[in-house]
Parts: sequence; structure tokens; C-alpha cells
Amino acid sequence: MSRAAFVISSVIAATVVARAADIPLDQRRSDSDFISADTRAIQNDDTANPAMLAVLDGETLWNTKAGATNKSCADCHGDAEKSMKGVAARYPAFAAELGRPVDLEQQINLSRVADQKAEALPFESKELLALTAYIARQSRGMPVAVKDDAQAKPFIAAGRAIFEQRQGQLDLSCAQCHDDNWGKKLAGNPVPQAMANGYPIYRLEWQEVGSLQRRLRNCMSGMRAEPYDFGAPELVDLEYFLMWRARGLAMESPAVRP
Amino acid sequence: MARALIHVPATAKKGDVIEIKTLISHVMETGYRIGVTGQPIPRDIIDDFVCTYNGEEVFHAKLYPAIAANPFITFFTVATESGTLAFSWTDQHGATQVQTAAITVE
Repeated sequence: MSRAAFVISSVIAATVVARAADIPLDQRRSDSDFISADTRAIQNDDTANPAMLAVLDGETLWNTKAGATNKSCADCHGDAEKSMKGVAARYPAFAAELGRPVDLEQQINLSRVADQKAEALPFESKELLALTAYIARQSRGMPVAVKDDAQAKPFIAAGRAIFEQRQGQLDLSCAQCHDDNWGKKLAGNPVPQAMANGYPIYRLEWQEVGSLQRRLRNCMSGMRAEPYDFGAPELVDLEYFLMWRARGLAMESPAVRP
Repeated sequence: MARALIHVPATAKKGDVIEIKTLISHVMETGYRIGVTGQPIPRDIIDDFVCTYNGEEVFHAKLYPAIAANPFITFFTVATESGTLAFSWTDQHGATQVQTAAITVE
């Protein structure tokens, strides 16, 4: 073996060794395990959790007629406490009409456009977040259970590839922090495992409710990478992978995070 | 004006110390931030909060721009008699929102 080839193969070997495996299933912990007891107390008290204001707005929107059909969500889906129970725990999910998965926000918009003949709500709009928070609230306590059948697998794999891909000027991958170094500190704060079981979240830093896509774009900016646009298929694949990775954990939506 | 969440115990024994929690949606814009156009975002805050218990003031707070969005105010009072607790939030423009909660004291 030439000297150059030896160096290259050593580098490849080192890269493979440096990359730790997935977090073992029994060692996975919700991100709420890594936040302060005070923040956790806010999350778990419906009279203190500020995302409950969005949930109440969402309940109003659920019952508000919209679009050319002049129908509300409730006109078809009835009582969300029954019909939407467990739904958020199963998203992202495959949308046959698009031939690829969509997240909960996108599914709400698909239904608005197709069934209500209304305009899609913009990403991160107050209305879309409120509806998402209201629907996701109905799954609180239920285990994350996204489908991982043959149809879903390529998209989960694509999400994993992004999760493990070094990116940005800092040349970091998501996995380097959240698989390999969770529990350690970054700028004084514990690095969580990046489990996606609480979205949409009320982030104290934002002082408002935001989606998982917003959070992912945040992290990408932090790595000084170019964030994917809202609604980009790459973001949905990443969301799908993160939810699959959090399978079995109890839903906490709407969670509160620092 | 805005969405508010209030927690008052439905019943209490006379003389009990009760915890009251209030949460109201509001941007609490400080006036110190710069918008995307480079112009300052105008200040927009709730600056006054009062709680009365059967007409008697039991809690009063002045709010300033350092208070975070969606102010969460929690405090204690003594359950004296059955009646109504009234909560009022007033913003810097003078608009007031009032919400009430009933309590039964045994």
C-alpha cells in the first residue's frame, strides 16, 4: 500500500470510529429531562404553560368555518378530543396525493385546500401554529408512533443522512451533538437528545410558539449552515427521522423549552 | 383584546391562603428592538394589572418593558368570603380587559 493510500484509509477508519451509534432505545430521554425543574413545571401546568393560549386559539379555529365550502374542521372531524387523539404522534406521515411524507402543519394545509377550499396558512403563522398546537395537545401522553413501513423507510433514511451529515462552517452534524455528546454542556446548557416529542413548542427564547421546522432551521443557523426553506422536503425527512428516533416516548405537546 | 387563562380554586375554607395564577397573551414589545426594515419596533406593553376580591383590591402590579411576552402573574391571597375575583389588565394605550372568576368560601 502506498503511503498516500495508507493515510487516506486511516482517515476513513478514524471517521468511522469517531461516529458513535444510535442512542440505545432504553437510554433515550425526552428533552424535558434536560431542562430546569422550573421550566418543566411551567410545561406541565396547563394554567402556566403559555402555549395553552395557542391551544385555546386553535380550538376556536377548529370550530371556525373557512373557505369556499364554508366548513370548519369540526364539521368533518367532529370533536378533536376524540378524532385527533394520537394523530400528532403519527406525523410526519405519507400523503398519497403528494407521493411523499408531510408533517402535521402541511397536513392541516392539505385539508384546508382540498376539503375546505380555503387558502393554505403560511408556515409559522399564528393560525397554523394554533391549530397544530390544538391538534397535538390531543396526543399528550401517548407514545410517538410514526409509520416505518416500506413506503416510509426511504424518507426516514434520507432524514438520517441529513442528521449524520456534517454541514455548515462549523462542519458539524446533528448527530455529533445529539447522539454522541448529549448530557454534556454547550455554552453552559445541557445538550439534549433532540427528541421531537413535544412540538410545537413554546420556546422561552422566542417568547412564542414555534414549529419543529423553525427549531431545525435555528440549529442549522447555529452550525452556520444554510437552513432549508420552510416546507422543504429535506426538513420533513429530518422531522420524520427525528420522530422515528423518538418512537415510544410520550408526547408532551405543546412543550416548553428554554 | 386578548386570550387569558385564570386559575382560582373553585372552593376554599375561610382563612385559607389560596394561590391565583393568571396568564394573558400579549407581545410585550419592549420598544428597544429593531425591525427588518431597520426601524425601531414601537413599544406595546401591558403596564398595569389589578386583582380585586369582591371589589377590594388585593393585588396590584405595574409592568415594564422587561416583562416577557404573555405575562404570567401568580400571587396569593386569603379566602375571606364567597364572591368574585376580578382581574384587569390595562395596556399602555389605556385599553382594559377584565375577566372574573367565582370562588365559594365555606
